[in-house]
Formats: sequence, structure tokens, C-alpha cells
Amino acid sequence: MGAVTLAGALNRALHDAMDADDRVVIFGEDVAELGGVFRVTDRLKERFGEDRCFDTPLAESGIVGTAIGMAMYGYRPVVELQFDGFTYPAFEQITSHLAKMPNRSRGTVQLPVVVRIPFGGGIGAVEHHSESPEALYAHTAGLKIVAPSTPSDAYALLRASISSPDPVLFFEPKRRYWTKEDVELPVTTEPLGEAVVRREGTTATLISYGPTVATCLEAADAAAEEGWDLQVIDVRCLVPLDIATLVDAVEGTGRAIVVHEASVFGGMGAEIAAELLERAFYSLEAPVLRVGGFDIPYPASQLEHYHLPDIDRILDAVERSLAF
Amino acid sequence: MAIDPTFPDPRSLLPADRPIQLLDADGTFTEDPDWPIDLDDAQLAELYRLMVMARQIDAQAITLQRQGQLGVYASLRGQEAAQIGTAFALAAQDFVFPSYREMGVALVRGVDPADLLHVFRGTWLGAHDPAKHRFALITISIATQALHAAGFAMGAKLDGSDSCAVAYMGDGATSEGDAHEAFNFASVFGAPCVFVVQNNQYAISVPLTRQTKAPTIAHKGIGYGMPGYRCDGNDVLGTYAVMRQALRHAREGNGPVLIEAVTYRMEAHTTADDPTRYREDTELEQWRARDPITRLEKFLRDRELVDDEVVETVAQAAKAEAQSVRAALYDAPHGDPMELFSHVYAEPTQQLRDQHELLQAELQGQDA
Repeated sequence: MGAVTLAGALNRALHDAMDADDRVVIFGEDVAELGGVFRVTDRLKERFGEDRCFDTPLAESGIVGTAIGMAMYGYRPVVELQFDGFTYPAFEQITSHLAKMPNRSRGTVQLPVVVRIPFGGGIGAVEHHSESPEALYAHTAGLKIVAPSTPSDAYALLRASISSPDPVLFFEPKRRYWTKEDVELPVTTEPLGEAVVRREGTTATLISYGPTVATCLEAADAAAEEGWDLQVIDVRCLVPLDIATLVDAVEGTGRAIVVHEASVFGGMGAEIAAELLERAFYSLEAPVLRVGGFDIPYPASQLEHYHLPDIDRILDAVERSLAF
Repeated sequence: MAIDPTFPDPRSLLPADRPIQLLDADGTFTEDPDWPIDLDDAQLAELYRLMVMARQIDAQAITLQRQGQLGVYASLRGQEAAQIGTAFALAAQDFVFPSYREMGVALVRGVDPADLLHVFRGTWLGAHDPAKHRFALITISIATQALHAAGFAMGAKLDGSDSCAVAYMGDGATSEGDAHEAFNFASVFGAPCVFVVQNNQYAISVPLTRQTKAPTIAHKGIGYGMPGYRCDGNDVLGTYAVMRQALRHAREGNGPVLIEAVTYRMEAHTTADDPTRYREDTELEQWRARDPITRLEKFLRDRELVDDEVVETVAQAAKAEAQSVRAALYDAPHGDPMELFSHVYAEPTQQLRDQHELLQAELQGQDA
């Protein structure tokens, strides 16, 4: 066993996927010579050559649009959009083509493309580098949306995403890139679409994904000192959403709080809360609560800690839930 | 992907001063040693047959729309030479990425026109297998298919294949960011890609003068380090010759080419459009005099490759084909609603399986 960072696990997953299938190619901005601004693609060009890992012009629509064409040729492109706030130039290619072409071709065209997106805040970055746009894409039928929170999941889910016949948007929790886990890679790849219980508990269920899973676990530790026994669920895949696991959890605790960095309005928390209300109504002791960022444009870095959900905001929500 | 780190000589990239033309509006052929053609008599006759058929099916599609059988239709009338001449130069292994007006290209590729028209009927979003004829689904969002072509060509280059990707688009599409990104990617990576811009003078109602300040669309090529070829888009021999050279250039590893075929959209943008609001009849008359089929017929008659009898035979065959397209579409059943959930993902998710059941129950409720 060795300590592996989340970024290192992603790098290993890319390496192993390229090793296993020579149709896997990686491209994007700064991914080859530099190894990516977060070094997730570090040394892949040296190992696999410039035909398998190469830098492109600075154009996000171009990156996703050409990935679609290369997938139509028969490759399995894994492309990087450097930051969450820079995915929008590619929005049309992602929503109008990547998501739709398999359907509009009645299944004759498959697009096994993975779009890697470092997302979320908490790194003191300038504007457009800290956003959480996952709900925009989760709302688009035809995409699978993955957001790991641990190094071993980062490895397993990225391998599963690259193997998937469906297009996947892979949201990487950038402030957790350097989180370490003692794990021996490779770990077994798991299918996409299964949530996991990170911490058992009986008082209430915290539901999260990506960078705020760790925040929820910290909140659960802090709550234990208060005598609360919080369950924590890592959703891992936003699409398809593993509602069965969430319903099971809520049937156990009767209380749920969904936590994410994204603004709460129209966010994944709203979707999960609605699903739980429909499917676990009689098990609920309190309304499903949402904890997230405010409904504001992502703030300047010196103010972002006011915006991001932290342990206190989560525990306040637990208290409100228990008060019902 | 390996790139050529040198920058090209700009003098090799600009279009000629005048559009390349082998067959003038009167049907007079003038050989051009820079733009040779290699067509035998049978192929010349085949070009004529395809153009007449395209026009006839096009007219039938408009009729079907008027009769409520199609929701909408985008006519290619006037652009037969631009489409069929360029498509005729394609090799079997090439792959076409069309916009929504390329029925003429589809015919050359062997796509059943009824399949294309099912899309306009609203039967399905797409009704043919792109791999079968190496002709992608029609693309309605403007210029986005240019990137798919560039990406496909990058794949062909990586694979060491000799196939080229070809994107068809209109003059308006060249204003879109995706056209720019596609031109740039294809050129930077030296990908075997040809961009065929049918400059039909209008993007719905907006004329070329509001799309670009470039001297011509072909001049845009130099900005990306690729040659721009400009041709008379109503001259099927010219469009063929230009495409032949562009494909050779791309196939030999020299990177992409931008072709501008200067033509005119004789019909409305689509059946939902009213062109009398933005253009004059006199303009239409000027272009009618440059009709691509009339001039080819004149040329073929002069060469004694067709006569009245052949013209009549071709016309009757085209009418028969249009009738069979009509028969395939008229009152054709709409798609199966239970298939709506089948292709969203390779395997339907639990949510889609639930919704499949919901719709099934709704339909059973209606039947009860």
C-alpha cells in the first residue's frame, strides 16, 4: 500500500487505460508537454508518444467537436477542458452533439468520449476557475456525469468512464487533487451509477459528491462530539443517479441533507430532494434540506469561504432537520 | 499528433482572381491545365442524371411539404452543381459531414433520399446509418459539423488511413466560431479535410455582405494557412475539378483545403421562409440564366452525348424516382414512441426504464 493522491490516481487511470486500449487518445490544452496545469496527464506523452497525447489550439468547442469526429472514426478520446468556467465555449458541442448523436442516430453512432473537467472552488483562484456547472450538464439527456471524491474512486470511475460506450463528463474535485489515500492501484473498476455509503450513521443522512464529501465527513466527525451519528453518502455519479441507495439511507435515518458547492437554486440538491420526497415520503421525519453555495456568481477568492458550504453550515442544517 | 512546425508561403494560399470555371453559363467548355478533369462520357452523363434527379426529388419534397407530409424542407435548387460536382470527386473511403441542405451530396453517396426526408417529416431525428454510406446525419446547428469533420480527419491521420473528411456548409456558417475552430484545428494538425462552402448568397435573409468583410470566403483560407479555392458553383465540371484537386492535396498529407463554390439558393431558405421580403426578382432572373443543369445539358448536346430522347429518358427516370420517394413518405407511419428511450444511452438507465413504463401506461390508458 502506498499513499496516492487523487491527481496521481487519475494519472494512473489514464496511463492504464492507454496501455489497455490503443484507441484511447488524450488531447486538450497543455496536456502533453506540460502534463496538464494540475499534472493529471503528467508524462503520458513521454510514455505513449505524441500521437496518443497531444496539445491542441486553445479552443474548447474545437476540443470537444474534434473529439466527436475522432470517436466517429473509431478512437476513444479523453479530452481535458482546463477549468469549469471554460466549458461554456464547448456547451453547444456537448449538449447538441455529444449528448444527442447516439440517440438521433438510433444507436448506430456511439460516442465513447470522456470530457475531464477540474471543477469547484476553494483554491483561491481568479474568476472562472472555481465554478460548479454540473447541473447544467446533468440536465442534458444523453450524458453520464461522474464526480469522484477519493483517489481510489477517481481511478476506478475514470477507468469505467473511458470504457463506457456513452459520453461521460468527468468532474474532478480540483481542491482535493492532493488528497491522499493509502491504496494499491489498480483497484477494481466499478460500474457507473452506484452511490456508496462513506460513513454509517443513524441521526441523519448527508448526501454529497466531489469536493464536499470530505467536508461532510469532517462535519460527521464534529457532530459525533455533539452526540449526533451522521451517515454520509457519496453519490459519485450524478447521471445515472442511484436513487435506490439514497432511498434506502433515508428510510433508515428519516432525515437527509444534500450538500454541494454549486448554487442551490436548480442544483443537484433540488433534484435529489424531489426524488426523495416522491419515493421516501413516509420515511421522512423532516423535509430534505439543501446546503450549497449561494445563488450568486462565484465570488472573488478572498470571499469564497463565505460562499462555500463548510462544517458549520452543514451542522446548522442538521440542527434544523432535527428540529422538525 | 505530429505537426509541421513551419509556416506556409502565403502566395500559395490565395484564390485566383476569378472563380475557376470550366463550363460557362452558355455551356461552352474551356479547358484549364491547372484544373484538369478525368471524366469519361459515361461519367459526364451520370453527372447530368444525378443533377436532374436531385432537382426532381427536391421539387417533390417541396410538394410533400405543401401537402402536409413534411414539416419543413430546405431546398437545394440552384446548388446541384456545387453539391454533385464536389461529391462526385469523393473516394469510397471518404466521409461526408453535411449540413441540412445536402440531398444532392447524399444522392451521390447512395443514401436513400427518403431516409433523409424522414427527418423533415419528423419520423425520426435521423433515419440512416452514417457508417453505411460514409455520410453523417444532417446537422442543423450551423457549422458544428465542421469540427466533426476536422476530428474525423485527425483520426484518419493518426490511423495512417487514406480517407478524407469533407464538411459541407453555407456562407453564413463561416461566421460561426466552430467554422473558425475547425479550419484552425484541421490546418494545425495537417488533417486530410476539405471544407466545401456553398456560397448561396444568403443565410435565410441575411446577405453575404453582412457575414464577412473578407474579399471572398476563399480568402479566409490564408488566415488558417490552408489554400482557398474559389469556383463557379453552378459549373459542375469546375466544382468537380476543384474538389478533385482539394482531395488530392489533403490525401497527400498537405492538410486541409477551403473551397468556396459561388452559387445561388433559387428557392426560399426553407418552406417556412418568404424570400420576397428580402430579395428582388431581378436577382433571381440573373441567376436563372446561370442554371447549372441547363448549361450541362447544352454542353452534353454539343458533344452529342445526349439528345432529346436521352433528356426525356433522364427526366422520366427522375420523375419515377421522385414518385417512389413520395410513395415511401406519403402517410408513412411515425416513429414508435416506445423507442424514444432506447438509444439515449447504450443501456437505458433505471430512470428511462421507469419513464418507458409510464409512457406505456399512458398509451394503454388512451386505448382503453
